[in-house]
Amino acid sequence: MKHVIIGAGPAGVSAAEHLRKLDSTAEIVIIGDEAEPPYSRMAIPYYLVGDIEEAGTWQRKNGKHFKNLGVKLIHDTVVSVSPSSVRLKTGKRINFDRLLIATGSRPVQPPVRGLNHPAVHHCWTLADAREIAKRMQKGSEVVLMGAGFIGCIILQALVERGVDLTVVEMEEHMVPRMMNAEAGAMIKRWCQARGVRIITSAHVIEVAQQTESEKTDVIISTGEALSADLIIVATGVRANLGFLEGSAIAVDQGVVVDRQLQTSIYGIFAAGDVAQGPDFSTNGTAVHAIQTTASQHGRIAALNMAGRKVLYHGSLAMNTLETLGLISTSYGNWQGVPDGDSAVAINADAYRYLSLQFDGDVIIGAIAIGLTDHIGALRGLIESRIKLGLWKDRLVEDPYRLMEAYLARTGPG
Amino acid sequence: MQQCLNIDPGKCTGCRQCELGCSFAHEEFFSSSRSRIKVFDLHDQGLFVPYTCTQCADAWCMAACPVDAIQVDADTGAKTVDTGVCVGCKVCTIACPFGTINYVSATGKVAKCDLCGGDPACVKACPTGAISYIDSDTAGFSKMQQWVDKTAAQHNVQT
Ligand SMILES: Cc1cc2nc3c(=O)[nH]c(=O)nc-3n(C[C@H](O)[C@H](O)[C@H](O)COP(=O)(O)OP(=O)(O)OC[C@H]3O[C@@H](n4cnc5c(N)ncnc54)[C@H](O)[C@@H]3O)c2cc1C
Ligand code: SF4
Repeated sequence: MKHVIIGAGPAGVSAAEHLRKLDSTAEIVIIGDEAEPPYSRMAIPYYLVGDIEEAGTWQRKNGKHFKNLGVKLIHDTVVSVSPSSVRLKTGKRINFDRLLIATGSRPVQPPVRGLNHPAVHHCWTLADAREIAKRMQKGSEVVLMGAGFIGCIILQALVERGVDLTVVEMEEHMVPRMMNAEAGAMIKRWCQARGVRIITSAHVIEVAQQTESEKTDVIISTGEALSADLIIVATGVRANLGFLEGSAIAVDQGVVVDRQLQTSIYGIFAAGDVAQGPDFSTNGTAVHAIQTTASQHGRIAALNMAGRKVLYHGSLAMNTLETLGLISTSYGNWQGVPDGDSAVAINADAYRYLSLQFDGDVIIGAIAIGLTDHIGALRGLIESRIKLGLWKDRLVEDPYRLMEAYLARTGPG
Repeated sequence: MQQCLNIDPGKCTGCRQCELGCSFAHEEFFSSSRSRIKVFDLHDQGLFVPYTCTQCADAWCMAACPVDAIQVDADTGAKTVDTGVCVGCKVCTIACPFGTINYVSATGKVAKCDLCGGDPACVKACPTGAISYIDSDTAGFSKMQQWVDKTAAQHNVQT
């Protein structure tokens, strides 16, 4: 059996390792287009701060790990896919019995004039990070476009490096796809109190070279021009699908996969940021471009590629974010459902917030700020659809009794 | 033979000696908030529940870690955090559905039960025998482990 995996991110690597566990003799090949050993994008912020060297971002620290596992790494780009082979940029064809598409996503380029200016960078790959690291000197003026999840993660690294930072976000509040208005406003207030200028409900119109300096002007929709040495674009990502054109593999927002993570073509699977798979919360499908989904997808895809019929119950959206020391987390359907109850506790002065959303007596989503202890139990409650019974009313009264409810309703108690 | 922590909430009096023993063994100071085992007071049920990681086989934290900072201790089977590798991203803390790996702001890293290398301090500290370290295969396997197996089966996969 020959397994070919496109993409050496967390989804591809997780799949390769599980395939090896399941089949000691199968041929396993990973084709990746980045020059570095397989690394995790997630670790980039810690590289930018200077907490780790590049090697600290590698997914496996032993340089011989893949060789020892008998997993062959090929550095090349897949340009097209047919039902039994892939074609590489270098012209070669590689045949497969099972294929995994784990090509991740790439940042979107918003329609802004002058975005090809050399001072403008994404923060998505290690190559991007190297460029940013060079330019983010203490005191340099930086404009961050987008205060979504990725933008906010980089925000912390930029501030720790001592740059003079301005953030421009199109929506009304920060991290709009992870936090509700109340929680987003709390994060904004926290960041502003720490000297970061955050402009919400505004967008960048143009990036233009200043006439008598090295700097650029970032012109925003309020009419203001922000002076900048470095502009970082973090306005969202989109699945890497281009090479699938003409392949008959069904795509939508991502590569559409079923509960076995198989695409519309037999024997071809997809995982991670590129896959539009079952969504735990909605029963539909969704792209969840997060680490936990990538590693889980990798495992479920590997099981099915190896011939075990394993159905995935869907990915749960989950994110945790640290903005200048304030830790926020969200899970699942934090927006809630019509007719569903909720339990909310706010302490604005202490920057603490907890909101639980219920469907009947089951928690379906949550947002927390300033709460880290035993936070994972929320995932347990949501994904196991634990019926809270009497405990629901107790939580509506005081959502911080979460762990008591968890223990009382799950067994160890 | 692999061993595991067996917890009998019925015997726990809520004295929190296990928390102090744990924090001292790992941090060399006594602090309940830095303990990796935590005693919960379920006063509605009149019960104290000591609670910590059960070292589940397909560890959620380990699978989620982007930089391979969580390893399996070959002797004890414990999943241990290499704080030299951990970047403090906290993904493991939201991935663990049991809530037993926690972020420690003082260190900027995460901490979890490591079975103290095979000689758990909480077991030694407990005056009532509510926590014991037993062979994993022994009958009367802890209730906590059963719950872990049950939820693990529910999670993600239906075969
Ligand atoms: C700065 C930053 C911070 C983040 N922080 C978090 C976080 O805190 N929590 C979280 O959950 N997620 C976070 N993420 C998102 C997380 O990194 C992704 O969800 C994860 O990397 C997805 O893994 P993947 O394997 O699906 O894709 P990727 O990691 O993107 O890997 C895909 C690989 O495939 C390669 N590839 C693409 N096309 C081809 C082709 N045609 N041929 C060959 N190779 C190809 C790509 O270059 C890439 O190397 C962060 C991302 C970034 C950039
Ligand atoms: S916090 Fe540390 S151990 Fe946990 S996932 Fe992140 S790097 Fe890994």
